[in-house]
Amino acid sequence: MSALVEFADVGFSYAKPAARRARAFAFAGLSFAIERGEVFGVIGPNSAGKTSLLRLLTRVLTAQRGEIRLDGRPVGALRPWELAREIAVVPQEAPRPFPFTVRELVLMGRYPHAPQRFFEDAADAAAARAAMLATDTVELAPLPLDELSGGERQRALLAKALAQEPRLLVLDEPTAHLDLRYQAETAALLRRLNRERGLTILLVSHDLNLAAELCDRLLLLRAGEIARVGAPADVLEQRLLEDVFGCRVVVNTSPSGRPSVQLTYDRR
Amino acid sequence: MSEARRLAIALAALGTMLLLLGVAALFVGSAGLSPAAVARALAGRADASSVEAIVTLSLRLPRVAAAVLAGAGLAVAGVGFQALTRNPLAEPSVLGVSSGAAFGVVLAQILGFETGLVAALGLAAFAFAGALLAAVIVYLVASAPGGLVIQSLLLAGVIVGIFFTAAITVIISIVDFNRLSGVIHWLLGNLAPIPATSLALFALLAAAGVAVIVRSARELNILALGEEAASQLGVDAERLKRRVFAAAALLTGTVVAFAGPIGFVGLIVPHVLRGLVGQDNRLLAPASALAGGAFLLTADTLARNVVAPAELSVGVITAFCGAPFFVWVLRARSRPA
Repeated sequence: MSALVEFADVGFSYAKPAARRARAFAFAGLSFAIERGEVFGVIGPNSAGKTSLLRLLTRVLTAQRGEIRLDGRPVGALRPWELAREIAVVPQEAPRPFPFTVRELVLMGRYPHAPQRFFEDAADAAAARAAMLATDTVELAPLPLDELSGGERQRALLAKALAQEPRLLVLDEPTAHLDLRYQAETAALLRRLNRERGLTILLVSHDLNLAAELCDRLLLLRAGEIARVGAPADVLEQRLLEDVFGCRVVVNTSPSGRPSVQLTYDRR
Repeated sequence: MSEARRLAIALAALGTMLLLLGVAALFVGSAGLSPAAVARALAGRADASSVEAIVTLSLRLPRVAAAVLAGAGLAVAGVGFQALTRNPLAEPSVLGVSSGAAFGVVLAQILGFETGLVAALGLAAFAFAGALLAAVIVYLVASAPGGLVIQSLLLAGVIVGIFFTAAITVIISIVDFNRLSGVIHWLLGNLAPIPATSLALFALLAAAGVAVIVRSARELNILALGEEAASQLGVDAERLKRRVFAAAALLTGTVVAFAGPIGFVGLIVPHVLRGLVGQDNRLLAPASALAGGAFLLTADTLARNVVAPAELSVGVITAFCGAPFFVWVLRARSRPA
């Protein structure tokens, strides 16, 4: 059986003007796989290509070389809504100018299951309710998104993604706008979804410690190239991190037994 | 309650209101007909050449119909532009799209499209082209890398509006002075009675534009998450945008061709309705069609009665309502959350 996601010799670079803005990186033959049921983290410095990797997987960008396969099938061969039934992306931010209610947001996740329908049906409502139960957002259902706290909004966005009933859940910086407590809540919720439902999770994050706590395996990117793939303890290694990020770090062990990375500041 | 039921209730309530307003509007006017005379004409029991028959059926009825169509078209165009630009202040006149359409109409008029169905079709086509041109310019000017910024979109709309208004002034200045008064009256928004064939064309084009936007409503909801998130949910965002852009420009162009560039309907109506039915475009778009019709009908009935026997342009009424409304919405939005 093939892996759930395979990148096979993927090549991609931005066109000239965009490349200058994005401080030119290119994927030249990127190959890795995400196995079923694992939590896979992508980490690396700014503009190492983390978000572009997600965009390639979700077909916002198209690879110029190689192939990206989902369950053995090239993602390019799937219709957009077919892909969205398999891969759900948790948006980084809620729709701001129009405060949809939580229920309306979660029901948007049902679109790929019947794009031709005008209104969602009873089965869609049931799936949305299940997603809200899993994320503890049932009570928030009638509230407009602009009345929620940061953590509540994050859970609502996660519920939208779960309503898609995907096989792969994709998160880009899920805790970027969250304070410590909500970070912990989000991490616990993701772990539960992975353990209880076997949901495969792809996490892209700046936060090395969040990635270390949550992920079974990490992929460390440096300017579009794989610096290392493996278990957190193998990837989060002082030498390698100092080399890739260009700063001094200390790697300790957290109370959970996972590596924990700390920046050391030059006090001179 | 399910969305379908909420839609049915909203449409029933707004439809009833629109019907009552429409009937009421037939009974008022500067001709001073008695209600009994109007009722007689409506029932078809008045002589076709009688004053009540001519005033009711040939003057008031087409005018009521034109007001409803124009209001519906502008309000739904507003919903479309708002969803596309993710900006609740976007609407045909604010974006300068109405001015583009008006430029198209003035151009068509000096090229000789005057009366008759072919001319009406020509005017509508020129207005559509003008609306589309203005909308594309605004969109390109405002779409900086990183998406449409609200302020730059509004500024681009103002600038495009000024440009096309200046272009209209140039045309008016160099053509026959005798045609001037009619054009100026029309430029303020004027629902003068339209011949039945033109009215039918108006209805057809407005219905087509409304239908496209209503049918796209579910995708437009998802577009609120951003283009990237929408495409990751399986929405073909590029095609959706092109389709709705064209439909909103068609609605704007059609209304401008038949009723003049009436402002702010697309801002006021959807904004009030968002408070009543929420943000779901599947409810908002059809409800806006009915409420927009009711709003512009009321405004036009006021316009032709407050200074009777003279008439105000309906655009004056909507601008007097719309300008303070715009300021109020802008201030409410820029308040820190």
